[in-house]
Amino acid sequence: MADTPNIPDEIEVRAKWGNFAFTPENDEKAKIYVARYPEGRQRSAVMPLLDLAQRQVGTDTDTQGWLPVPVIEYVAAYLDMPYMRAYEVASFYTMYNLAPVGKYHVQVCGTTPCMLRGSDDVMAACKNKGMVKGKTTPDGLFTLTEVECMGNCSNAPMVQINDDNFEDLDYDITTKILENLAAGREVTPGSQTGRKTSEPEGGPVVLKEMVDTNHDYRGEW
Amino acid sequence: MSFDFLQDKDRIFTNVYGFQSPDLKAAQARGDWDNTKDLIALGNDKIIEEIKASGLRGRGGAGFPTGLKWSFMPKEAPKDARGNPRPSFLVINADESEPGSCKDREIMRGDPHKLIEGALVAGFAMRARAAYIYIRGEYIAEAIALEKAVAEAYDAGLIGKNAAGSGYDFDVFVHRGAGAYICGEETAMIESLEGKKGQPRLKPPFPAGAGLYGCPTTVNNVESIAVVPTIIRRSGAWFASFGRENNKGTKLFQVSGHVEKPAVFEEAMSIPFRDMIEKHCGGITGGWDNLLAVIPGGSSVPLVPAEQIMAAPMDFDGLKDVGSGLGTAAVIVMDKSTDIVRAISRLSYFYKHESCGQCTPCREGTGWMWRVMEKMRDGNAEIEDIDTLYEVTKQVEGHTICALGDAAAWPIQGLIHHFRPEMERRIRERQGGNEEIMEAAE
Repeated sequence: MADTPNIPDEIEVRAKWGNFAFTPENDEKAKIYVARYPEGRQRSAVMPLLDLAQRQVGTDTDTQGWLPVPVIEYVAAYLDMPYMRAYEVASFYTMYNLAPVGKYHVQVCGTTPCMLRGSDDVMAACKNKGMVKGKTTPDGLFTLTEVECMGNCSNAPMVQINDDNFEDLDYDITTKILENLAAGREVTPGSQTGRKTSEPEGGPVVLKEMVDTNHDYRGEW
Repeated sequence: MSFDFLQDKDRIFTNVYGFQSPDLKAAQARGDWDNTKDLIALGNDKIIEEIKASGLRGRGGAGFPTGLKWSFMPKEAPKDARGNPRPSFLVINADESEPGSCKDREIMRGDPHKLIEGALVAGFAMRARAAYIYIRGEYIAEAIALEKAVAEAYDAGLIGKNAAGSGYDFDVFVHRGAGAYICGEETAMIESLEGKKGQPRLKPPFPAGAGLYGCPTTVNNVESIAVVPTIIRRSGAWFASFGRENNKGTKLFQVSGHVEKPAVFEEAMSIPFRDMIEKHCGGITGGWDNLLAVIPGGSSVPLVPAEQIMAAPMDFDGLKDVGSGLGTAAVIVMDKSTDIVRAISRLSYFYKHESCGQCTPCREGTGWMWRVMEKMRDGNAEIEDIDTLYEVTKQVEGHTICALGDAAAWPIQGLIHHFRPEMERRIRERQGGNEEIMEAAE
């Protein structure tokens, strides 16, 4: 599928991650995930568990996290499945990072709906901050990726940075967000032009009662 | 404007913009989970009948009649090799990844309880024992909102053992994807739920016979499920009072691209394109004369040129008549500033990126088509290459296990069909250099 990077599996990686195990809190979460599937079907939980493992690596390294080979092996063993089956999953889905990433994984959506509304400018703002597509900045702060449609099309263009979506962007707003992140300042996810979600700019044209009150329309049925 | 716009009282998703809390209490105050027990007391067949009467067609793109789909589920649980009955499953497709689509997101973060209640009612109707909601991995905040709503529903006894006091046991689980468009295809989704790569399965067997874990399974879109409780409460006839024959109901439209105010909104089916854009999106950027083309149903459907789309009714048949489709009702609007070849080429890149690699025509074809489209962008090709490109799209289309190959072919076919002169112009301009300028000088 996506352009898969060469997966690092050197002595240093093994030395650092060879003893990987879930923290007690994550182990508890993992058990909840496994319990969602019928008995004997625990392999269904490989996706949530890989995500959990990636997040734990992220916490340890102060990045978005990635999946070193020993960590994938750990997850495979946890679910009693062959390593190759777990690796297949890790390499098939784009959200698993098979190589280290920076503290902030800047994922600019470049698909047509965002392109039409100016994702080129968003990409330019990232590049002018020294980012290169597919690479991590030397300070380890930012990794830039162009991703495919993120499903925020009515709030285009957008960027997802780690777990947060920033929507309704332009060049200047993107620059500001990146500067704030670099300086460790607070950033507010969501629409950057004051929209609540995907209502038309300037306020909804329908369902106006809902803005201020939790209106119950059943009386009008 | 003559169209009968949908009134607020007839909107199903009243908290679509999230101005109010998505929590259980607030949702109940808006009418969700209101005596769900009574809906279930109607019985499996009556619910399916009502959904059939409503004319609801699947909201995920293909538009298959939802009630009919449910009726394919076995009434008697089939037995496995050891003679034990196999359970049935409902899988809810929240893997919203079609470029242009952003409606399920608003349901899951604004009105999640409509989806969960719908899961129970629909799951009961098709005799499923549990629902898995497969939400795309990139919807992180949305998954958190949904998980929270599911936990609330369990705590209130609305799902789980004796769900909502109905005597029916029903579980709802959330499963997060991890970034693969193909998992929106129903059998790929089932593979992914089983913890594998999301590669579509050959059909038959169809999921209703052997789906998740080999058990009878129905896969439905989020919107198709979330509208169910309201339809049962207000009757199928109410839902069928909107839209033209065979295109009934209300629908969440998502408009993106070159309109003054892009937005998501619920409207009656069959609304004319122009009325819809005027009312909800403040018109086209630069006025109606500036409209170039529209992709009316998400990236997989062919584009429609301005003059044909203006009066077209936004429904399954209306858009079929102009050579396109309603898809997920994700409307991508392009004005005359658009580099139309680049816009379609970017979609080709999308399909190249998302091809699962299983079938050769798609795996090789999507990459080839994208590379040729990139050449077309600046005319670095021969005129005959347009025909070759068209020929290749025809060879990919219909020759793959799932519809991704078709979806990659159609946008290019639409482009060639409607904008061939523009493609030829770019080629000539690059080859002959300044033919037109010389003509003008003479």
